[in-house]
Amino acid sequence: MHEEHQVPIWFFIGGLLLIYGVIITVTGVYLWIKPPPVAEQVQLFKLHADVWWGCLLVVIGLFYSIRFNPWGARKETICGRD
Amino acid sequence: MPTFLLLAASETKFDRLLTMSPVDYVIVVIYFVIVLGIGFYLKKFAGTGEDFFMAGRKMTAWIAGLSFISANLSSLETMGWSAMAYQYGMLATHAYLISGALPILFLAVVMMPFYYICKTHSVPGYLKLRYGESSRSMAGLTFSAMTLLVSGSSMFAMAKILNLLLGWDMNWSILVSSLTVAIYVTLGGLISAVFNEVVQFFLIWLGTLLVPVLGLISCGGWDNMMRKIQENVKIVHPLLPANTDFTCLWHNLSSFDTNPMGIDWFGMLFGQGLAIGFAYWCTDFLQVQRVIVAKNLRAAQNGTIIGAALKMCVPLIVILPGLLGLALLVNSDGSPMVLVAENDPRAMITNHTYNDVLPLLMGKYLGPGLLGLGITAMIAGFMSGMAGNVSAFATVWTYDVYRPLLVKNATDKHYLNVGRWCSILGVLLSIATAYSLFWFSNILDYLQVLLFFFIVPLFGVVIVGMLWKRATPAGGFAGFFLAILFSIAMWVFVHYFPDGYKPQPKIMIGKGAVVSVERVTVPTTVKDKGGKPISENVEKIVKVIIEKGTVAVTNVPVPADVGKAEVTLPATAEALHTAVGEPRGKNVPVSVLAPEVVLASTKETGKFGLSGVPVVVMPGVEVKTNDVISHFAPAPFNPANAKIIARSDKARPMAVNVYSAFWTLCASILITIVVSLFTTPKSDSELKDLVMGLTPLPNEGACAWYEKPMLWAAAVFAAVVLLNIIFW
Repeated sequence: MHEEHQVPIWFFIGGLLLIYGVIITVTGVYLWIKPPPVAEQVQLFKLHADVWWGCLLVVIGLFYSIRFNPWGARKETICGRD
Repeated sequence: MPTFLLLAASETKFDRLLTMSPVDYVIVVIYFVIVLGIGFYLKKFAGTGEDFFMAGRKMTAWIAGLSFISANLSSLETMGWSAMAYQYGMLATHAYLISGALPILFLAVVMMPFYYICKTHSVPGYLKLRYGESSRSMAGLTFSAMTLLVSGSSMFAMAKILNLLLGWDMNWSILVSSLTVAIYVTLGGLISAVFNEVVQFFLIWLGTLLVPVLGLISCGGWDNMMRKIQENVKIVHPLLPANTDFTCLWHNLSSFDTNPMGIDWFGMLFGQGLAIGFAYWCTDFLQVQRVIVAKNLRAAQNGTIIGAALKMCVPLIVILPGLLGLALLVNSDGSPMVLVAENDPRAMITNHTYNDVLPLLMGKYLGPGLLGLGITAMIAGFMSGMAGNVSAFATVWTYDVYRPLLVKNATDKHYLNVGRWCSILGVLLSIATAYSLFWFSNILDYLQVLLFFFIVPLFGVVIVGMLWKRATPAGGFAGFFLAILFSIAMWVFVHYFPDGYKPQPKIMIGKGAVVSVERVTVPTTVKDKGGKPISENVEKIVKVIIEKGTVAVTNVPVPADVGKAEVTLPATAEALHTAVGEPRGKNVPVSVLAPEVVLASTKETGKFGLSGVPVVVMPGVEVKTNDVISHFAPAPFNPANAKIIARSDKARPMAVNVYSAFWTLCASILITIVVSLFTTPKSDSELKDLVMGLTPLPNEGACAWYEKPMLWAAAVFAAVVLLNIIFW
């Protein structure tokens, strides 16, 4: 395998989840402030699952992005960490 | 006899299940950008054959384990097993415990040392070392064909489901997804496929886990869900015995008629568990490839055990939605929604299908953003299934067919280029397979049949070869080849009807036909939005009159002057020699199906499905009659023949497949042993690193206690046993 330092897969995952988390959380907050008509609401709308699930994605995404940041001072092994 | 309301609107609830918002589309597009980006980035790390086909054999335990499970966790799996849970209740969980986690542990502890130490690049490669070229070539060819068919099935299923869910054009769905997979697999090979599978693992979990969470909240908890299931199944599955229990794993397996599958404990343990589970997880190269590329034996074993632990958790996102579907999916009148099989004539006319259970729940609970994540998870699942099969095909074709049979002794660069071209060829052949499947409706059944045709016989010869050094090359080849023939013969036998198979009587009204109906009003109790029962007058159709157009009549007696004079077709007809699960007898209701008709009174387009009502055919209507009696039918099972294979005439299709797999495994092992006893074995020096007793384990040095594979294998095994006890 090419011996150049490889960006860990965990960083890609963290970045993707962070982006998704932000999108879903912002969407959820918007719908909370301006809810759609009752007939168009999903079941259990009042739980606002999109807000807390989006926040969960942001937390997981931030963890992986920072922990496996390829530009950080920590050395990474090729093909990710155990 | 159930009847259904006429749906007069031209846009019915079956045109699309889900509607995506702009936010959802953004989420889907981002996913495609990321996977393509990963593919382009990883190209520079796949410069040799070892890198391209085996990811340089440097995968860590966690990546190997996540990829191992993700390669299997395609959307055919998630949607298919949710559908299975809807059909068979808690019994579907066995696919993840005795037929999932346990075989994976066996692979890690017993078989992985042989695969890893002999440095084979594939399971057919192990066959070559153990039994010789003929066995390897047969395995290579059958496996190559199977991976293409499975890949094409994934592609077709994805296109069909996206069309049904979202109204996307099927051709565009196939083109976009196959192009994406072709690009990242051709560029980065196995490492690209593995990395994207790890991404897809996270997406599949995070995109679908919220559905069972919200579903359980909606149900009021686990016990409430189980209670509702037992109430609803009397309506949802009316053909099953009244005492059928959907809610336990083993308690209802003491006899064939107390569980939804029509199976006993022996069939579940030795058929589903031993034959199907061990065969798939221990020899299907798509799975095994992901862990034999680990950086050392310990990582390979630990990665496999991680896979076993993760496999145990998958029922949360797969089985639980199916169970919630039984409890929560209701019609507007509060009655349980009845889903049907894909090949049921009512499918997508008046009833959703079993495969719709997960999408229906997604539409119920996931709003904008979350729905996009869920759809992305499904697309990711399909694509990981496709990519996994394409990369496995490229490896097996290049190393086990092309190199040994066609072009020997070429350079590594040559085989690398062949691998890249094979990836593209694999995608193209998968597209061709996908289009051929447009003519079939039962994909999951065919995939399961492929499993016991080719993978179960393979497991039989591999396990005998690993554990018994007396097994000979002739024995291995005979066991593999004859077991394949035996399994095909069994399949033909259970689908053979010597007295003739007569499908259910049916009247299919052609598209654009003009119809009118006679209705009566009956008082019915329905539920309002708050769940309070209220009385309502509901119109029911009691007669259909076809005024213009065409109608196809199957197995219904038709008067000779039909089309020339006004005739009335009967509401019931004879349905003898029918298959397992279908009503049989002399007076079964005739199904009347109208996918797209015009109402004479309003000129509006609508569709409906009814049964047990008379149909009047006016003069001038074109009538095509079809009395179908065939001796072989690939979809239904002959109950008399199924009883011989599955030991009960109550056996449902899955029970028949499970027992077929068990008998195939027995045949494979028996033939291998018997032929070996009369032929010459290889010498010990030729069997070094291939057989128990001749395979010294490498000394990989001391390790911390938490890195010991046996410790984690014991923990996972204990967890499997505990779960079986808890949900007994």
